[in-house]
Amino acid sequence: MARITFVQPDGSENVVNIDSGTSVMLAAIRNGISGIDAECGGCLDCATCHIYIDESHSGVLSPQPEELELLSSVAAIRKPTSRLSCQLKLPPSITALTVHIPGAQS
Amino acid sequence: MSGLVVVGASYAGIQAALSARDSGYAESITVVADDHLLPYQRPPLSKDFLLDKVKQDGLVLRDDAFFKLKQIDLILETRVHAIDRRARQLSINGSTTLDFDKLFIGTGSHARRLTIPGSNLDGVCYLRSIRDAIDLKERLRNAAEIVIVGGGFIGLEVAASASKLGKKVTVIESASRLLERSVSPVVSQFLLDLHTRHGVDVRLNEGVAEIEDRNGLAGVVRTRSGARLRADLVLVGIGGVPNDQLARDAQLNCTDGIVVDDHGLTSDPAIYAAGDCANHYNAHAQGWLRLESVQNAQDQAKAAGLAIAGKTGPYDSVPRFWSDQYDAKLQTVGISRNFDRQAVRGSLEDGQFSVFYYRRDKLCAVDSVNRAGDQMAARRLISGGVSPTPEQAADLSFDFKTLLTTIKAVGA
Repeated sequence: MARITFVQPDGSENVVNIDSGTSVMLAAIRNGISGIDAECGGCLDCATCHIYIDESHSGVLSPQPEELELLSSVAAIRKPTSRLSCQLKLPPSITALTVHIPGAQS
Repeated sequence: MSGLVVVGASYAGIQAALSARDSGYAESITVVADDHLLPYQRPPLSKDFLLDKVKQDGLVLRDDAFFKLKQIDLILETRVHAIDRRARQLSINGSTTLDFDKLFIGTGSHARRLTIPGSNLDGVCYLRSIRDAIDLKERLRNAAEIVIVGGGFIGLEVAASASKLGKKVTVIESASRLLERSVSPVVSQFLLDLHTRHGVDVRLNEGVAEIEDRNGLAGVVRTRSGARLRADLVLVGIGGVPNDQLARDAQLNCTDGIVVDDHGLTSDPAIYAAGDCANHYNAHAQGWLRLESVQNAQDQAKAAGLAIAGKTGPYDSVPRFWSDQYDAKLQTVGISRNFDRQAVRGSLEDGQFSVFYYRRDKLCAVDSVNRAGDQMAARRLISGGVSPTPEQAADLSFDFKTLLTTIKAVGA
């Protein structure tokens, strides 16, 4: 179980608990977090679940080539901390993570 | 209770409720569904779910927390029998009624049934709901030989999954090529080669005449050309039929689905519809269309949700589909029908290519296999009305971003 803090562009926060193995995207969709569209449901088709990982975190696995290809097409500014949240699953060693939601997904 | 009532906890139904709420709709929102489960993801049913890579729990799309946060009431296991338009009232579960100010219909579609001798035998399966998928998965476990009727998305995805599970698979398709209504001949040929290479026996220009009984179960499929194929399981994927009975009974305008405008509005100003059950005029296809896709369901329902909340944001998205078969990710954007020129980018042999289609020099669609970057660029090009030349499209060193910058500048 991990605590994910979603930070909206206006600074407001929502906290959601997720099981390890569940993607950050699915946790957001299931719990009604705004700003993550995830049109394709996590099959690397759409790049609409873009988030920024809080810079204080390390130990999250790096993106795979397919994800990197889609990250080049995200609607908001791409940063070194950019990830597609559908590909972001947390190892049991991470119990808390803060992610920032960009202003646009498409 | 009145406010907004949504029929169907489908992609469209949930999206309409969410968009209405997020756009400021302040009245009550109630979603009524005959299903017994929380809304679930459907695309994995033919793929990862059959392969046991994702379990039923993993398919949940919207949890109780979602409904609580958005103040949306979800009523499951409840069937809507009729719409009384004059009284703005639904009759549910036989004796009860439910009032509405606005109604949204997101009832989806059901599988078209095969109607030949033997098609009612046990062992003739369809794939639409999670119930179907659980049944199919169970039966697949004990089946060695599978015959799939229909070379569309569902048929081909199940063929790939069953073949991965080590089954002997035959696909019977009545057209002269696979996915005829969705992709161009180049892509059809690529898919035919792909399935053949994985040991699937694909029979084109072929039909099914009869399913013969073996100990009370489907046992042999007899084709129109006279072949007899042993089958422990027959999966039928021959298209969908809109669930528009409720709307037709209420005399809403229906033609192959509930006719809606670009705000998802039906012929009744208080009733909206979107998704598989709706038929709309699509500017990109230059014709009336009933689309069965997640993208259409969500985007069209979004437009309806906005309208219900008194805002406006017409549905004009470029149609998109995707499909995963073996290691090939097929993505398509736009409508390639009636194209008069094409350009191939990448390599068909390597299984990494995109086909760009043009109608009168204008880019109208792009199919991609394992070229997600092309697809993302293509979506922006087509929706922005910008066409690379066929030569630029075919040139791997040409970067579409140079054209996309123009779109942004124009839009700014």
